[in-house]
Amino acid sequence: MREIDVKIITEKVAQLCIEANTDLGDDVLQALDRAIEQEESPLGLAILKELKENAHIAKTEKIPVCQDTGFAVIFIELGQDVHLVGGDLREAIQEGVRRGYREGYLRKSICHPFTRKNTGDNTPAIIHLEMVPGEDIKVIVAPKGGGSENMSRVVMLTPSDGIEGVKRFVVQRVKESGSNPCPPTIVGVGIGGTFEECALLAKKSLLRPLGSKNPDPELAKLELEILNEINKLGIGPQGLGGRITTLAVHIQMMPCHIASLPLAVNIQCHAHRHKEVVI
Amino acid sequence: MNDFILLKPPLSDEDIEKLNFGDRVLISGFIYTARDAAHKRLFDLLKQGKDIPFDIKGQIIYYVGPTPPKPGQIIGSAGPTTSYRMDVYSPLLIEKGLKGMIGKGMRSKEVKEAMIRYKAVYFAATGGAGALLSKRIKKSEIVAYEDLGPEAIRRLQVDDFPVIVVNDVKGNDLYIEGERKYRKE
Repeated sequence: MREIDVKIITEKVAQLCIEANTDLGDDVLQALDRAIEQEESPLGLAILKELKENAHIAKTEKIPVCQDTGFAVIFIELGQDVHLVGGDLREAIQEGVRRGYREGYLRKSICHPFTRKNTGDNTPAIIHLEMVPGEDIKVIVAPKGGGSENMSRVVMLTPSDGIEGVKRFVVQRVKESGSNPCPPTIVGVGIGGTFEECALLAKKSLLRPLGSKNPDPELAKLELEILNEINKLGIGPQGLGGRITTLAVHIQMMPCHIASLPLAVNIQCHAHRHKEVVI
Repeated sequence: MNDFILLKPPLSDEDIEKLNFGDRVLISGFIYTARDAAHKRLFDLLKQGKDIPFDIKGQIIYYVGPTPPKPGQIIGSAGPTTSYRMDVYSPLLIEKGLKGMIGKGMRSKEVKEAMIRYKAVYFAATGGAGALLSKRIKKSEIVAYEDLGPEAIRRLQVDDFPVIVVNDVKGNDLYIEGERKYRKE
Protein backbone atom coordinates (compact mmCIF):
# COMPACT_ATOMS: atom_id res chain seq x y z
CA MET A 1 0.00 0.00 0.00
CA ARG A 2 1.34 3.38 -1.02
CA GLU A 3 -0.05 6.61 0.34
CA ILE A 4 -0.43 9.55 -2.04
CA ASP A 5 -1.79 12.99 -1.18
CA VAL A 6 -4.35 14.23 -3.70
CA LYS A 7 -2.64 17.65 -3.56
CA ILE A 8 0.06 16.12 -5.77
CA ILE A 9 -2.58 15.22 -8.31
CA THR A 10 -3.87 18.80 -8.30
CA GLU A 11 -0.34 20.08 -8.97
CA LYS A 12 0.33 17.57 -11.75
CA VAL A 13 -2.99 18.20 -13.48
CA ALA A 14 -2.40 21.97 -13.41
CA GLN A 15 1.08 21.55 -14.83
CA LEU A 16 -0.05 19.12 -17.55
CA CYS A 17 -2.89 21.44 -18.65
CA ILE A 18 -0.33 24.18 -19.33
CA GLU A 19 2.28 21.89 -20.90
CA ALA A 20 -0.21 20.15 -23.17
CA ASN A 21 -1.51 23.44 -24.49
CA THR A 22 1.84 25.04 -25.22
CA ASP A 23 4.09 22.12 -26.13
CA LEU A 24 2.89 19.99 -29.03
CA GLY A 25 4.38 16.50 -28.68
CA ASP A 26 7.23 15.20 -30.83
CA ASP A 27 4.92 12.56 -32.26
CA VAL A 28 2.75 15.29 -33.81
CA LEU A 29 5.73 17.30 -35.07
CA GLN A 30 7.20 14.20 -36.71
CA ALA A 31 3.84 13.39 -38.30
CA LEU A 32 3.77 16.94 -39.71
CA ASP A 33 7.28 16.41 -41.11
CA ARG A 34 6.12 13.25 -42.88
CA ALA A 35 3.12 15.16 -44.22
CA ILE A 36 5.39 17.90 -45.56
CA GLU A 37 7.30 15.25 -47.54
CA GLN A 38 4.10 13.91 -49.07
CA GLU A 39 1.96 17.00 -49.68
CA GLU A 40 1.48 17.89 -53.35
CA SER A 41 -0.45 21.15 -53.02
CA PRO A 42 1.75 24.27 -52.71
CA LEU A 43 -0.85 25.95 -50.50
CA GLY A 44 -1.15 22.78 -48.40
CA LEU A 45 2.59 22.67 -48.02
CA ALA A 46 2.69 26.32 -46.93
CA ILE A 47 0.05 25.58 -44.29
CA LEU A 48 1.90 22.53 -42.93
CA LYS A 49 5.04 24.63 -42.58
CA GLU A 50 3.01 27.32 -40.81
CA LEU A 51 1.79 24.72 -38.33
CA LYS A 52 5.36 23.73 -37.51
CA GLU A 53 6.37 27.35 -37.07
CA ASN A 54 3.31 27.87 -34.89
CA ALA A 55 4.32 24.95 -32.66
CA HIS A 56 7.81 26.41 -32.35
CA ILE A 57 6.51 29.86 -31.33
CA ALA A 58 4.07 28.27 -28.88
CA LYS A 59 6.79 26.24 -27.20
CA THR A 60 9.46 28.93 -27.00
CA GLU A 61 7.15 31.77 -25.99
CA LYS A 62 4.72 29.66 -23.94
CA ILE A 63 1.71 30.79 -25.97
CA PRO A 64 -1.08 28.21 -26.44
CA VAL A 65 -0.74 26.35 -29.76
CA CYS A 66 -4.41 27.09 -30.43
CA GLN A 67 -6.76 29.61 -28.85
CA ASP A 68 -9.21 26.78 -28.25
CA THR A 69 -7.47 25.32 -25.24
CA GLY A 70 -10.28 22.85 -25.09
CA PHE A 71 -12.37 20.82 -22.76
CA ALA A 72 -9.97 19.34 -20.19
CA VAL A 73 -10.28 15.59 -20.68
CA ILE A 74 -8.41 13.75 -17.93
CA PHE A 75 -7.65 10.05 -17.87
CA ILE A 76 -6.58 8.62 -14.52
CA GLU A 77 -5.21 5.11 -14.16
CA LEU A 78 -5.31 4.52 -10.45
CA GLY A 79 -3.27 1.68 -9.02
CA GLN A 80 -5.44 -0.41 -6.70
CA ASP A 81 -2.69 -0.49 -4.06
CA VAL A 82 -2.72 3.29 -3.73
CA HIS A 83 -4.30 4.85 -0.69
CA LEU A 84 -5.35 8.40 -1.49
CA VAL A 85 -5.29 10.91 1.36
CA GLY A 86 -5.90 14.62 1.76
CA GLY A 87 -9.34 14.89 0.16
CA ASP A 88 -11.61 13.99 -2.71
CA LEU A 89 -9.77 12.77 -5.84
CA ARG A 90 -12.30 14.18 -8.31
CA GLU A 91 -12.28 17.58 -6.62
CA ALA A 92 -8.46 17.51 -6.62
CA ILE A 93 -8.53 17.00 -10.39
CA GLN A 94 -11.06 19.81 -10.90
CA GLU A 95 -8.90 22.11 -8.78
CA GLY A 96 -5.91 21.21 -10.94
CA VAL A 97 -7.82 22.20 -14.07
CA ARG A 98 -9.01 25.43 -12.45
CA ARG A 99 -5.45 26.31 -11.46
CA GLY A 100 -3.84 25.28 -14.75
CA TYR A 101 -6.28 27.25 -16.88
CA ARG A 102 -5.93 30.32 -14.64
CA GLU A 103 -2.16 30.29 -14.16
CA GLY A 104 -1.48 29.27 -17.76
CA TYR A 105 -3.70 32.02 -19.20
CA LEU A 106 -5.66 29.37 -21.06
CA ARG A 107 -9.10 30.09 -22.48
CA LYS A 108 -12.11 29.12 -20.44
CA SER A 109 -14.39 27.44 -22.95
CA ILE A 110 -17.01 25.64 -20.88
CA CYS A 111 -20.57 26.97 -20.62
CA HIS A 112 -24.19 26.15 -19.80
CA PRO A 113 -25.74 24.31 -22.76
CA PHE A 114 -28.71 26.68 -23.08
CA THR A 115 -27.89 30.02 -21.47
CA ARG A 116 -24.28 29.73 -22.77
CA LYS A 117 -23.08 31.29 -19.51
CA ASN A 118 -19.39 30.47 -19.06
CA THR A 119 -18.49 28.52 -15.91
CA GLY A 120 -15.49 30.84 -15.69
CA ASP A 121 -12.77 28.36 -14.80
CA ASN A 122 -12.96 25.68 -17.51
CA THR A 123 -14.50 23.16 -15.13
CA PRO A 124 -16.03 20.70 -14.99
CA ALA A 125 -13.29 18.62 -16.56
CA ILE A 126 -14.22 15.26 -18.07
CA ILE A 127 -12.69 12.57 -15.87
CA HIS A 128 -12.18 8.97 -16.99
CA LEU A 129 -11.11 7.02 -13.94
CA GLU A 130 -9.86 3.47 -14.28
CA MET A 131 -8.53 1.06 -11.64
CA VAL A 132 -5.39 -0.82 -12.61
CA PRO A 133 -3.03 -3.17 -10.73
CA GLY A 134 -0.05 -1.65 -8.94
CA GLU A 135 0.71 1.33 -6.74
CA ASP A 136 1.21 4.10 -9.29
CA ILE A 137 -1.14 6.74 -10.64
CA LYS A 138 -0.96 7.69 -14.29
CA VAL A 139 -2.44 11.07 -15.16
CA ILE A 140 -3.13 11.93 -18.81
CA VAL A 141 -4.37 15.38 -19.79
CA ALA A 142 -5.79 15.67 -23.31
CA PRO A 143 -7.44 19.06 -23.96
CA LYS A 144 -10.02 18.66 -26.74
CA GLY A 145 -11.05 21.50 -29.05
CA GLY A 146 -14.69 22.12 -29.94
CA GLY A 147 -14.29 22.37 -33.71
CA SER A 148 -13.10 18.81 -34.21
CA GLU A 149 -15.27 17.36 -31.45
CA ASN A 150 -18.33 18.80 -33.25
CA MET A 151 -17.48 16.70 -36.31
CA SER A 152 -17.42 13.42 -34.32
CA ARG A 153 -20.23 10.87 -34.44
CA VAL A 154 -21.52 7.65 -32.89
CA VAL A 155 -23.61 5.31 -34.99
CA MET A 156 -25.15 1.92 -34.30
CA LEU A 157 -24.52 -0.03 -37.50
CA THR A 158 -26.14 -3.40 -38.10
CA PRO A 159 -23.98 -6.57 -38.07
CA SER A 160 -24.55 -7.00 -41.83
CA ASP A 161 -22.80 -3.65 -42.47
CA GLY A 162 -19.55 -5.37 -41.49
CA ILE A 163 -16.07 -4.10 -42.08
CA GLU A 164 -17.05 -2.40 -45.36
CA GLY A 165 -19.82 -0.50 -43.56
CA VAL A 166 -17.32 0.67 -40.97
CA LYS A 167 -14.87 1.88 -43.63
CA ARG A 168 -17.61 3.64 -45.55
CA PHE A 169 -18.95 5.48 -42.51
CA VAL A 170 -15.53 6.66 -41.30
CA VAL A 171 -14.45 7.93 -44.73
CA GLN A 172 -17.83 9.60 -45.27
CA ARG A 173 -17.59 11.32 -41.87
CA VAL A 174 -14.20 12.78 -42.76
CA LYS A 175 -15.50 13.83 -46.18
CA GLU A 176 -18.53 15.60 -44.74
CA SER A 177 -16.42 17.29 -42.06
CA GLY A 178 -14.35 18.89 -44.82
CA SER A 179 -12.35 21.84 -43.57
CA ASN A 180 -14.24 22.22 -40.28
CA PRO A 181 -12.13 20.08 -37.92
CA CYS A 182 -8.80 21.73 -38.91
CA PRO A 183 -7.22 19.09 -41.14
CA PRO A 184 -4.78 17.41 -41.22
CA THR A 185 -6.66 15.45 -38.58
CA ILE A 186 -6.18 12.30 -36.58
CA VAL A 187 -9.21 10.03 -36.79
CA GLY A 188 -9.99 7.99 -33.68
CA VAL A 189 -12.28 5.03 -34.27
CA GLY A 190 -14.02 2.89 -31.66
CA ILE A 191 -15.63 -0.33 -32.80
CA GLY A 192 -17.79 -2.61 -30.66
CA GLY A 193 -18.82 -2.45 -27.02
CA THR A 194 -21.95 -0.48 -26.25
CA PHE A 195 -23.17 2.97 -27.30
CA GLU A 196 -21.07 4.79 -24.69
CA GLU A 197 -18.10 2.41 -24.64
CA CYS A 198 -17.38 2.70 -28.35
CA ALA A 199 -17.22 6.50 -28.01
CA LEU A 200 -14.72 6.09 -25.20
CA LEU A 201 -12.70 3.59 -27.27
CA ALA A 202 -12.52 6.14 -30.09
CA LYS A 203 -11.29 8.81 -27.68
CA LYS A 204 -8.76 6.46 -26.06
CA SER A 205 -7.39 5.41 -29.45
CA LEU A 206 -6.26 9.02 -29.92
CA LEU A 207 -3.90 8.68 -26.95
CA ARG A 208 -1.69 6.21 -28.80
CA PRO A 209 1.43 8.07 -30.00
CA LEU A 210 1.22 9.14 -33.65
CA GLY A 211 3.36 7.00 -35.91
CA SER A 212 3.11 3.94 -33.66
CA LYS A 213 1.67 0.75 -35.07
CA ASN A 214 -1.52 -0.82 -33.80
CA PRO A 215 -0.48 -3.98 -31.87
CA ASP A 216 -3.31 -5.90 -33.54
CA PRO A 217 -2.18 -6.67 -37.13
CA GLU A 218 -5.76 -6.87 -38.39
CA LEU A 219 -6.53 -3.40 -37.04
CA ALA A 220 -3.18 -2.04 -38.25
CA LYS A 221 -4.17 -3.11 -41.78
CA LEU A 222 -7.65 -1.60 -41.43
CA GLU A 223 -6.17 1.69 -40.16
CA LEU A 224 -3.95 1.94 -43.22
CA GLU A 225 -6.77 1.07 -45.63
CA ILE A 226 -9.04 3.75 -44.17
CA LEU A 227 -6.18 6.29 -44.12
CA ASN A 228 -5.47 5.68 -47.81
CA GLU A 229 -9.15 6.12 -48.71
CA ILE A 230 -9.36 9.34 -46.69
CA ASN A 231 -6.25 10.78 -48.29
CA LYS A 232 -7.75 10.25 -51.74
CA LEU A 233 -10.55 12.69 -50.87
CA GLY A 234 -8.46 15.73 -51.78
CA ILE A 235 -9.56 17.83 -48.77
CA GLY A 236 -5.96 18.52 -47.74
CA PRO A 237 -4.47 20.78 -45.05
CA GLN A 238 -7.14 23.20 -43.78
CA GLY A 239 -9.51 21.81 -46.43
CA LEU A 240 -8.05 24.01 -49.15
CA GLY A 241 -7.18 21.03 -51.35
CA GLY A 242 -4.31 18.62 -51.07
CA ARG A 243 -3.08 15.13 -50.36
CA ILE A 244 -2.83 15.04 -46.57
CA THR A 245 -6.30 15.27 -45.04
CA THR A 246 -5.50 12.93 -42.17
CA LEU A 247 -2.20 12.13 -40.45
CA ALA A 248 -3.31 8.84 -38.96
CA VAL A 249 -6.29 6.61 -38.25
CA HIS A 250 -6.31 4.92 -34.86
CA ILE A 251 -8.69 2.09 -34.03
CA GLN A 252 -9.65 0.35 -30.82
CA MET A 253 -12.02 -2.57 -30.96
CA MET A 254 -13.80 -4.84 -28.50
CA PRO A 255 -16.56 -7.46 -28.72
CA CYS A 256 -20.13 -6.25 -29.08
CA HIS A 257 -23.67 -7.58 -28.65
CA ILE A 258 -24.88 -10.14 -31.22
CA ALA A 259 -27.48 -7.59 -32.37
CA SER A 260 -25.11 -4.63 -32.81
CA LEU A 261 -22.13 -3.09 -34.52
CA PRO A 262 -21.46 0.14 -32.61
CA LEU A 263 -19.08 2.58 -34.28
CA ALA A 264 -17.68 5.89 -33.05
CA VAL A 265 -15.56 8.37 -34.97
CA ASN A 266 -13.76 10.93 -32.82
CA ILE A 267 -12.03 13.51 -34.96
CA GLN A 268 -8.96 15.24 -33.57
CA CYS A 269 -7.46 18.37 -35.11
CA HIS A 270 -3.75 18.65 -35.89
CA ALA A 271 -3.26 20.44 -32.55
CA HIS A 272 -3.28 17.01 -30.97
CA ARG A 273 -2.42 17.82 -27.38
CA HIS A 274 -1.77 15.16 -24.80
CA LYS A 275 0.65 15.01 -21.89
CA GLU A 276 1.02 12.44 -19.18
CA VAL A 277 2.87 11.73 -15.96
CA VAL A 278 3.20 8.74 -13.66
CA ILE A 279 3.11 9.48 -9.93
CA MET B 1 2.67 30.57 -55.19
CA ASN B 2 0.80 33.84 -55.79
CA ASP B 3 2.13 37.11 -54.49
CA PHE B 4 0.29 38.57 -51.55
CA ILE B 5 -2.43 41.18 -52.05
CA LEU B 6 -2.42 43.95 -49.46
CA LEU B 7 -5.73 45.10 -47.97
CA LYS B 8 -6.62 47.81 -45.51
CA PRO B 9 -10.19 48.17 -44.21
CA PRO B 10 -12.62 49.85 -44.61
CA LEU B 11 -13.09 48.04 -47.91
CA SER B 12 -15.06 49.25 -50.93
CA ASP B 13 -16.99 47.22 -53.52
CA GLU B 14 -14.03 47.75 -55.86
CA ASP B 15 -11.58 46.31 -53.31
CA ILE B 16 -13.78 43.24 -53.01
CA GLU B 17 -14.38 42.74 -56.72
CA LYS B 18 -10.70 42.42 -57.51
CA LEU B 19 -10.25 39.49 -55.09
CA ASN B 20 -10.29 35.94 -56.44
CA PHE B 21 -10.58 32.62 -54.65
CA GLY B 22 -7.12 31.28 -53.80
CA ASP B 23 -5.59 34.76 -53.46
CA ARG B 24 -3.27 35.14 -50.51
CA VAL B 25 -3.93 38.41 -48.72
CA LEU B 26 -2.21 40.38 -45.98
CA ILE B 27 -4.55 42.60 -43.98
CA SER B 28 -3.27 45.66 -42.12
CA GLY B 29 -5.23 48.15 -40.02
CA PHE B 30 -8.31 47.49 -37.90
CA ILE B 31 -10.55 44.42 -37.84
CA TYR B 32 -13.27 43.39 -35.37
CA THR B 33 -13.66 40.09 -33.52
CA ALA B 34 -16.97 38.34 -32.94
CA ARG B 35 -18.03 34.74 -32.56
CA ASP B 36 -21.17 32.81 -31.53
CA ALA B 37 -22.59 34.83 -28.63
CA ALA B 38 -21.60 38.27 -29.97
CA HIS B 39 -23.14 37.42 -33.36
CA LYS B 40 -26.41 36.58 -31.71
CA ARG B 41 -26.46 39.97 -29.96
CA LEU B 42 -25.53 41.90 -33.12
CA PHE B 43 -28.17 40.03 -35.07
CA ASP B 44 -30.89 40.66 -32.49
CA LEU B 45 -30.09 44.41 -32.37
CA LEU B 46 -30.16 44.73 -36.17
CA LYS B 47 -33.43 42.77 -36.34
CA GLN B 48 -34.98 45.27 -33.92
CA GLY B 49 -33.68 48.14 -36.06
CA LYS B 50 -31.26 49.26 -33.34
CA ASP B 51 -27.65 50.40 -33.65
CA ILE B 52 -24.81 47.95 -33.04
CA PRO B 53 -21.69 48.89 -31.04
CA PHE B 54 -19.53 49.66 -34.10
CA ASP B 55 -19.98 50.90 -37.66
CA ILE B 56 -19.98 47.70 -39.70
CA LYS B 57 -19.75 49.36 -43.15
CA GLY B 58 -16.68 48.21 -45.06
CA GLN B 59 -15.36 46.24 -42.09
CA ILE B 60 -13.95 42.74 -41.58
CA ILE B 61 -15.07 40.46 -38.75
CA TYR B 62 -12.65 37.84 -37.47
CA TYR B 63 -14.22 34.76 -35.86
CA VAL B 64 -11.93 34.36 -32.88
CA GLY B 65 -12.06 33.88 -29.14
CA PRO B 66 -8.47 34.47 -28.01
CA THR B 67 -6.82 33.09 -24.91
CA PRO B 68 -6.30 35.73 -22.18
CA PRO B 69 -3.09 37.76 -22.57
CA LYS B 70 -0.35 37.27 -20.02
CA PRO B 71 0.88 40.44 -18.30
CA GLY B 72 2.73 42.48 -20.93
CA GLN B 73 1.18 40.60 -23.84
CA ILE B 74 -1.18 42.26 -26.36
CA ILE B 75 -3.34 39.20 -26.87
CA GLY B 76 -3.08 35.47 -26.28
CA SER B 77 -3.31 32.74 -28.89
CA ALA B 78 -5.71 33.99 -31.58
CA GLY B 79 -6.55 31.65 -34.46
CA PRO B 80 -9.89 31.34 -36.26
CA THR B 81 -12.87 29.32 -35.06
CA THR B 82 -15.17 27.28 -37.35
CA SER B 83 -17.45 29.61 -39.30
CA TYR B 84 -20.62 27.63 -40.05
CA ARG B 85 -22.05 28.45 -36.63
CA MET B 86 -22.20 32.12 -37.71
CA ASP B 87 -24.03 31.26 -40.96
CA VAL B 88 -27.49 32.09 -39.62
CA TYR B 89 -26.36 35.59 -38.65
CA SER B 90 -23.94 36.53 -41.43
CA PRO B 91 -26.33 37.34 -44.32
CA LEU B 92 -27.92 40.18 -42.33
CA LEU B 93 -24.51 41.58 -41.31
CA ILE B 94 -23.40 41.44 -44.96
CA GLU B 95 -26.58 43.23 -46.02
CA LYS B 96 -25.73 45.97 -43.49
CA GLY B 97 -22.31 46.55 -45.04
CA LEU B 98 -19.92 43.90 -43.69
CA LYS B 99 -17.29 43.30 -46.39
CA GLY B 100 -15.14 40.50 -45.06
CA MET B 101 -15.23 37.56 -42.68
CA ILE B 102 -12.21 35.59 -41.45
CA GLY B 103 -12.72 32.08 -40.15
CA LYS B 104 -12.28 28.49 -41.19
CA GLY B 105 -14.60 25.97 -42.79
CA MET B 106 -17.27 26.11 -45.46
CA ARG B 107 -20.13 28.63 -45.47
CA SER B 108 -23.81 28.01 -46.21
CA LYS B 109 -25.56 28.67 -49.51
CA GLU B 110 -27.30 31.67 -47.90
CA VAL B 111 -24.01 33.28 -46.85
CA LYS B 112 -22.47 32.67 -50.28
CA GLU B 113 -25.49 34.24 -51.98
CA ALA B 114 -25.34 37.26 -49.69
CA MET B 115 -21.62 37.68 -50.48
CA ILE B 116 -22.34 37.75 -54.21
CA ARG B 117 -25.33 40.05 -53.87
CA TYR B 118 -23.84 42.64 -51.51
CA LYS B 119 -20.15 42.27 -52.50
CA ALA B 120 -18.34 40.62 -49.65
CA VAL B 121 -15.67 37.94 -49.33
CA TYR B 122 -14.84 35.13 -46.97
CA PHE B 123 -11.25 34.56 -45.94
CA ALA B 124 -9.67 31.55 -44.25
CA ALA B 125 -6.92 31.93 -41.69
CA THR B 126 -4.96 28.86 -40.62
CA GLY B 127 -6.89 27.07 -37.89
CA GLY B 128 -4.73 25.94 -35.01
CA ALA B 129 -2.01 28.49 -35.75
CA GLY B 130 -3.10 30.79 -32.94
CA ALA B 131 0.40 31.44 -31.59
CA LEU B 132 1.73 32.41 -35.03
CA LEU B 133 -1.27 34.62 -35.86
CA SER B 134 -1.10 36.41 -32.49
CA LYS B 135 2.26 37.86 -33.54
CA ARG B 136 0.51 39.85 -36.30
CA ILE B 137 -1.82 41.54 -33.82
CA LYS B 138 -0.40 44.84 -32.59
CA LYS B 139 -3.22 46.17 -30.45
CA SER B 140 -6.42 44.83 -28.93
CA GLU B 141 -9.24 46.71 -27.22
CA ILE B 142 -12.67 45.59 -26.12
CA VAL B 143 -15.42 47.43 -27.99
CA ALA B 144 -18.45 45.71 -26.50
CA TYR B 145 -19.83 42.78 -24.51
CA GLU B 146 -17.00 42.45 -22.01
CA ASP B 147 -19.27 40.09 -20.05
CA LEU B 148 -18.79 37.49 -22.79
CA GLY B 149 -15.12 37.02 -21.85
CA PRO B 150 -13.31 35.39 -24.80
CA GLU B 151 -16.40 36.10 -26.93
CA ALA B 152 -16.38 39.89 -26.37
CA ILE B 153 -16.14 42.13 -29.44
CA ARG B 154 -12.59 43.41 -29.80
CA ARG B 155 -11.04 45.87 -32.20
CA LEU B 156 -7.69 44.52 -33.32
CA GLN B 157 -4.94 46.44 -35.01
CA VAL B 158 -3.24 43.95 -37.30
CA ASP B 159 -0.12 44.13 -39.38
CA ASP B 160 0.20 41.83 -42.41
CA PHE B 161 -2.37 39.41 -41.07
CA PRO B 162 -2.23 36.41 -43.46
CA VAL B 163 -5.48 35.06 -44.94
CA ILE B 164 -6.62 33.24 -48.08
CA VAL B 165 -9.68 34.15 -50.17
CA VAL B 166 -12.10 31.20 -50.06
CA ASN B 167 -15.29 32.75 -51.48
CA ASP B 168 -15.15 35.58 -53.99
CA VAL B 169 -17.99 37.63 -55.49
CA LYS B 170 -18.02 35.49 -58.65
CA GLY B 171 -19.38 32.57 -56.64
CA ASN B 172 -16.15 30.56 -56.50
CA ASP B 173 -15.31 28.45 -53.46
CA LEU B 174 -11.73 27.37 -52.76
CA TYR B 175 -12.89 24.50 -50.51
CA ILE B 176 -14.86 22.97 -53.40
CA GLU B 177 -12.29 23.74 -56.11
CA GLY B 178 -9.29 22.66 -54.00
CA GLU B 179 -10.88 19.34 -53.09
CA ARG B 180 -11.88 18.70 -56.70
CA LYS B 181 -8.35 19.39 -57.89
CA TYR B 182 -6.70 16.87 -55.56
CA ARG B 183 -9.41 14.17 -55.38
CA LYS B 184 -8.38 10.70 -56.58
CA GLU B 185 -11.11 8.33 -57.74
